[in-house]
Formats: sequence, structure tokens, C-alpha cells
Amino acid sequence: LFRLTVKRVFSTSHSSVDSAEMKKFQRLAHKWWDEEGEYSALHSMNDIRVPFIRDTLLSRTSHYHLGRPLSGVKILDVGCGGGLLCEPLGRLGASVTGIDPLEDNIRTADQHKSFDPVLAKRIQYKSSSLEEMVEESMETFDVIVASEVVEHVADLEMFIKCCSHVLKPEGSLFITTINKTQLSYILGIVVAEKIMGIVPDGTHEWEKFVPPEELERLLESNGFSVKTVAGMLYNPLSGSWSWTESMSINYAVHAVKLGAQGQSSPREGEESSATAG
Amino acid sequence: ASAPLYDVVVSGGGMVGSAMAAVLGYDIHFHDKKIALLEAGPRKEYDHVPDSYSNRVSSISPGSATLLSSFGAWDHICSLRLKPFRRMQVWDACSEAMIVFEKDDLDDMGYIVENDVIMAALTKQLDAVADRVEVFYQSRAVSCTRPLPSLSCGTSPWVQIELADGRRLQTKLLVGADGHNSVVRKEAEITNIEHRYDQSAVVATLHLSEATDNNVAWQRFLPTGPIALLPLSDTASSLVWSTSHEHAAELLAMDEESFVDSINSAFWSNINHSEFIDGAGAVFRSLISLLQPAGTAARQLPPSVARVDPGSRATFPLGMGHATEYVQHRLALIGDAAHRVHPLAGQGVNLGFGDVACLAHHLSAAAFDGRDLGSLKHLLKFETERQRHNVSLIAATDVLKRLYSTRLPPLVLLRTWGLQATNALPPVKVRISLY
Repeated sequence: LFRLTVKRVFSTSHSSVDSAEMKKFQRLAHKWWDEEGEYSALHSMNDIRVPFIRDTLLSRTSHYHLGRPLSGVKILDVGCGGGLLCEPLGRLGASVTGIDPLEDNIRTADQHKSFDPVLAKRIQYKSSSLEEMVEESMETFDVIVASEVVEHVADLEMFIKCCSHVLKPEGSLFITTINKTQLSYILGIVVAEKIMGIVPDGTHEWEKFVPPEELERLLESNGFSVKTVAGMLYNPLSGSWSWTESMSINYAVHAVKLGAQGQSSPREGEESSATAG
Repeated sequence: ASAPLYDVVVSGGGMVGSAMAAVLGYDIHFHDKKIALLEAGPRKEYDHVPDSYSNRVSSISPGSATLLSSFGAWDHICSLRLKPFRRMQVWDACSEAMIVFEKDDLDDMGYIVENDVIMAALTKQLDAVADRVEVFYQSRAVSCTRPLPSLSCGTSPWVQIELADGRRLQTKLLVGADGHNSVVRKEAEITNIEHRYDQSAVVATLHLSEATDNNVAWQRFLPTGPIALLPLSDTASSLVWSTSHEHAAELLAMDEESFVDSINSAFWSNINHSEFIDGAGAVFRSLISLLQPAGTAARQLPPSVARVDPGSRATFPLGMGHATEYVQHRLALIGDAAHRVHPLAGQGVNLGFGDVACLAHHLSAAAFDGRDLGSLKHLLKFETERQRHNVSLIAATDVLKRLYSTRLPPLVLLRTWGLQATNALPPVKVRISLY
């Protein structure tokens, strides 16, 4: 009965994929892997988001494979685009599934990984929306990464519910996105898109930006415990990203899906300090 | 079947190339990776240390020793054969000026090690990680084709290497450690600024007249070029004499007694002094001692040579070179392939080991971040760091070489005063020896 309910909820409602958004990315499907091109800011974002994911996951596990720190971890990258984030995660040993509604993106991603036999084995790409994954992949993944995606989805709450269904209990959800502030309008759209061309023009719509408070609220009311929220800052002169206190423009979130008892296990640090005191 | 794919291929199995392959082979973030080392020559077996010393030695700095100990090679070198030295005395043939380098705490300044000993240690450590580092002997790369940085679909993004015997390899990063005539550098069409000095170096293994502590490295600047005596043991030293091609040929051809006489005379003779310079030097010295009473250090006398090991005399031409770029997409140059210096500063292989340490550091971080190893981003960081370090040293070495190749009084006076002043100024002295 439960399965039927789930099916009905997700198949009749509008998917979280916005077709207007898809058109925007179609144009640039073949530009993903030009490190100096339109997507250079996303390439350099790997310099902070990969260590963030890697170190968070390493701190939650007790075993470590030399040379393959993420070995044994199943990751779902939602809105993977050309596979910019899937490949480093694959190189670190994870089994990665990358999904993207745009077939051209999946084609580009598949082609790029095909030359590296190690990556070709560790990464699978599918042209799919998150809802389509839910039916076949209940509680399959250890980690979901939704980087620079939630500012493009039509229904954020449904997106989060789907993440919850696909994630194992106590699995991790990583989100990076853009805040909805005056500053993010001026810098994130006017400067980044119209003036400096750091982001391809028309990529973002300020209306869809998500303030961290709202994201946190949606996560916590849908079975997640938010562990980390951190601001990110892009320096257009150096072309590099850094962590920052302010979340006025870009920010990252790490949340954990609550376990069966409705409680997530304490982080290693908290546990040890509790017993020491 | 397509050619086997490696994560890193190091072309050139000399001291620097072998060290590069070894450092990566022992790096924890490289446990999952495949590395290959291409060496054109045959595998040499180093079962035991021969009684006689090899005539090719290197002065290893403490920094290089640290690198070598990071993967266990230094322990092996210590168990084979090496000679630490505490002090370097450098002086001019045209004046009394002298400079002494030594650490305040009487620590070792450096080590004189035979190149064969270094190679033996490197080979042993490479054998221990053979599951991660494949060494190909008798394998010379004749062509290295790098992919175009643009993303034409369907073509392989890796570097294609073809060996002399037709075998092919692919790699994500090609490291050129194939010496000053680097094929890798030429294939990449990287401009190399080079200059042949009109000098050759004569090397030989010498036996001293009497046993001594022998923990000082000696170098005297003659007008024809610097002559250096590097300690090998209490009774033996290695000769590195840079001089004109003609003189080098004469030295090689003359009988052993004359050869030994030439060496002793080069170190002891004052034939190039002139009263004028000596006088001016003396004045300057008293001036310094007024300002800085502890100014000049005591002058030790170099040892005298009794005989030369038969068959140990050899010569090789000297030159200077510097590649304008150390890196390109999927390519990095290290060691003499990137820069070649005059032996007068004893820095050649240390610069190469410095390259290895720096490149390995950046590649290790890249591997831990899941990055594409051939990405220009971290390769450029390596290039910037090393060029900043190397260019000043190479330029200084070149200037020193030219400055000391003259008898002209004004220049001799300049370098005399300069040498004396440098000797009296502690911070400057320490900085030079720390290199």
C-alpha cells in the first residue's frame, strides 16, 4: 500500500525538472570540459566542494582505504551536468551515479569518462530526473550531492522528499546553492552574468534563489538534521573559491537523514566530548 | 587493444627521474595509481660497493637528504658509503680573499656521495614498490604526442608515447627527467635558453698525502675556472676541475705525476697574485676587522694530493640551460631537462631533487582532491615555485662563473672585496649555504 501511495504522489505531480531551465543548459552541453571556458567557475569550485565532501565523509567513517578514501561509498550526483563533480569523486574511490534530465549532458559526461577505464567502471550516468530514480532506488545511496541544482528546481520541497527516499538512513546530503539577497542579485546575477561573464548569461533567476533559513527549514521538516552550513566566496580575479563566514551569496549545506528511530547518531566529536565530560 | 594507460610516466631513469618515480610510489595518495619509469639504458646491478671510488660524485644538500630519507633511500646510502662535510672554503687565485661556509652548530653542511651509491639506493627502493611503479629498461621514448587542449570528441585525451622499439604507452601526466638534451622537452617544443661554456670539467679520484679529518670541501677560483676537492674519506677526495677544453685534454693526457703536480700547484700557487691586489685586500681586511672584530674566519690549509686512482680521470663539457616553461598541459620537466648549471656551486642534482619534492607535493595534493593529474592548474603552481627558486640560483651561478673567469684587476678587486665582505657578514653567508 505504501508503495502505491508513493508512486501516485510522484508520478502525477509536476516533476522537479523545469523545462525552461533545461533549454538554458542545452546550448552549452558541449562546453562542460573546457576548464577555461564558460564553466571555469564550476571547475574551480571542485577545489573546495570535493575536499568538503571527502573530509565530511571521512570524519563519519572509521575505515580508510589508502589511495581510495571514498571506497565503498555510493553517491548520487543530482544534476550532474557534464560530470565535473562525478569524476573527482570517482577518482577518490566512490561508486557514483550521475543523473541529469538533459540527454546531451549525459552524452558529454559518458564520453568524457570513457577514456579512463577506472572512471568508466566507477561512474554510471543516466538521463533521468530525481523522481524517476525514487521508484527503483529506495534507500540505495550513502550520499546525495546536489551542487548548484536547487536554485533550478521547480518544487524544492518535493526535491528534498525524493532525496530522503533515495538516501539510506544516516546518509549524507550535500547541497551548494545561492542565497536570495540583494547582494546575490547584484553580484550573482548583474556582475557574474551580465558584466563579467563568470556565469553564462541567463543561467540564474533571482526568484528561484534559496535563502539558507528556508532550506534548513525544509530539510528539518522532512526528516533531515542539518549539520553544517557554510558560506562560499568566489574571487573573480584569481578564479578561485574559498570558505567564508558570510552566506550572502553562495553557501554549502551538509545534512544527515535521520535514522529509523528518528535520531541521527552523534558526530564522532560530540560523542567523545560527552564521555570525557 | 589500445596502449596501456598510466597515471604518471617518468621519462629518464637517472638520479632525479628515479627519485621522482620512487617518491610517487611511496606516496599514500598514489596507492591506487599506476606509475611507469622509462630508462634508456640497461638495468645495473649494485650488489656491493666496489673498493675504489667512482669518479662521479654529487654534493648532496641536507634538503635533498631529507627527500631521500622520506622514502627510505637515505638509510641505504648511509649503510653504503658517504662523506659528510662541515665546512666549505672558497677562495680566489688572484688574491688572498676567502670565504668559509659553515653552520654555527657544527652540523653537517652537506654530503659527498658517489652517484652510483645514490642510484643503488634508488633502485632498491623502487624494487620494493614494483607493484605500483613499473620500470622499463632499454626503453627510450622517441615521440611524445600530447592531446590538443581543445575538446575534439573521440580523440584520446592522454599523452601518447612511442618507444624506440615501437611499443606504445599512454599517460595522464608525462614527467620529463631525461637530462639537458631532453627529448620530452624538444617534443613539446619548449624553448630552451642554452649556452655552452668554453669549459670542460675534469673529474678524478685522488689520494691525499696524509690522512686527515677531511671534512672540508675546497674550491679555488683560478682564472681558467674553479678547481674543487670534495672529501670522500679520510684519505681520498674527488676532483672536479672546470677549465678550458684544451687544458682539460692536456690534464687527461699527461702522466699521473704531472697530473698530481698540476692539482697541488693549482691549490697552493700564488702565481696569480699581484702586489696591488694583495695590498688592497689587506687594507680592506683591516677595515672589516675594525667594524666587526670577529669578522674573518681562520684560514685552513687544503690537503695536498699524493696520487690519482688510475683510470679515474674523465672529462665532460659544461654548459648552462634553462627551459622557458617547466610545464604544459599533461607535461612537467624536472632536473637537467628543465635547468642545467655549472658545477661550481655544487647544486645541480640538488635543484633536481628540489623539483622532485615540489612536484610530488602538488601531485599528492591533487590526487587526494581527486583531480586530473595532468591538469595545468597544479602544474603551474609547481612551475612558479621552482622557477622562483631556480632562476636566481642559476643566474647567480652564471654570474659567478663569469666574474671569476678574469684576471682584470678591477674585477678581481671587486670580487676580492665582495668575497671578504660576504665572509664577514653572517646573514649573507648563511643564506648562501642554505641553498
